[in-house]
Amino acid sequence: MLRFFLIVFCISLMSACSNKKELPILGNRDYQTKIVNGKEVQDTIYHTIKDFNFVNQDSQPVVPATFQDKIYIADFFFTSCPTICPTVKTQMLRIYEKYEGNKNVVLLSHTLDTKYDTPEVLNSYAKKLEIETNRWHMVTGEKDDIYTMAKQYFIAAAEDPNSPGGYTHSGGLVLVDRDKFVRGVYDGTEKDQVTELLGDIDVLLKEQGLK
Amino acid sequence: MRWIFILFIAAIALVLVQCDTNPYKQGKVLYEQNCQNCHQEDGHAVRGLIPPLAKSEYLSDPEQVACIIRNGLKGEITVNGEKYNHEMPPNLVLTPTQISNIINYINNSWGNKHPFVSYNKVAESLKACGDEFL
Repeated sequence: MLRFFLIVFCISLMSACSNKKELPILGNRDYQTKIVNGKEVQDTIYHTIKDFNFVNQDSQPVVPATFQDKIYIADFFFTSCPTICPTVKTQMLRIYEKYEGNKNVVLLSHTLDTKYDTPEVLNSYAKKLEIETNRWHMVTGEKDDIYTMAKQYFIAAAEDPNSPGGYTHSGGLVLVDRDKFVRGVYDGTEKDQVTELLGDIDVLLKEQGLK
Repeated sequence: MRWIFILFIAAIALVLVQCDTNPYKQGKVLYEQNCQNCHQEDGHAVRGLIPPLAKSEYLSDPEQVACIIRNGLKGEITVNGEKYNHEMPPNLVLTPTQISNIINYINNSWGNKHPFVSYNKVAESLKACGDEFL
């Protein structure tokens, strides 16, 4: 009997902790010393997603302001990808479907195959998935810009003629808050990690005063 | 008392193992390595983009299935009443034996029930659709 209560106690303790989950801010930090009111103060500068300028499946520009007062989940893929992409897209559809009707949660998929994946190709891909552009942007742009962005999101991506489809990349899903801080990176090929991401999105929405 | 409990657990475990009735273990492994990325673990693939294998009417024609696995597929198709148009890449490294194993696994998974397809039949079909592997 005592053991039973002990187990119940432990479980409730664990759930108490997960309710108060706080998401970290990922990336290298910089410290800057400032003088405020004659006192020396140290300011922490967090890693933020830098400016970008891409074009989506409706040939409309996608810039940081597109995600103003929203949180978004970024990933990297290409439409002809024969490896992990369909799995990641299946998992992203879970996110898309859960937040149906919520304008504050947006998905952003970058193509790594900027040569083949024109806005027209992305448009037909998006049409097949039956997604709304304002909730799921599929973007292309200058090749170098896309690969530079991947690094900012801590995603490994490279052209590789030896790998199936011609590109090698991770299936990471990156959670970005309204201040453009990266709050989590999840493996989009793992169902359990995406379930964790779904929970973290709720935590982040609450933290940021969004619904 | 404890023994009865252990026996009970063992019995349940045995029943669960027996429930896994798909005898095509090799096909399952090959499916995971070659097909699952697109068609997914549950055979339902990707909504609107990649057609499902679960309860797909295409499976009633094993000859056609063998050739699709080998050569891939291009253009629009209709599966279970839904239209799909996304290129499937060819699979040139699979042997006819491996293809038969995959077909038999698919044919007996996710509620599918189709008769056993022999190696000879698969090899014949592959030859007919221009396979040079043989």
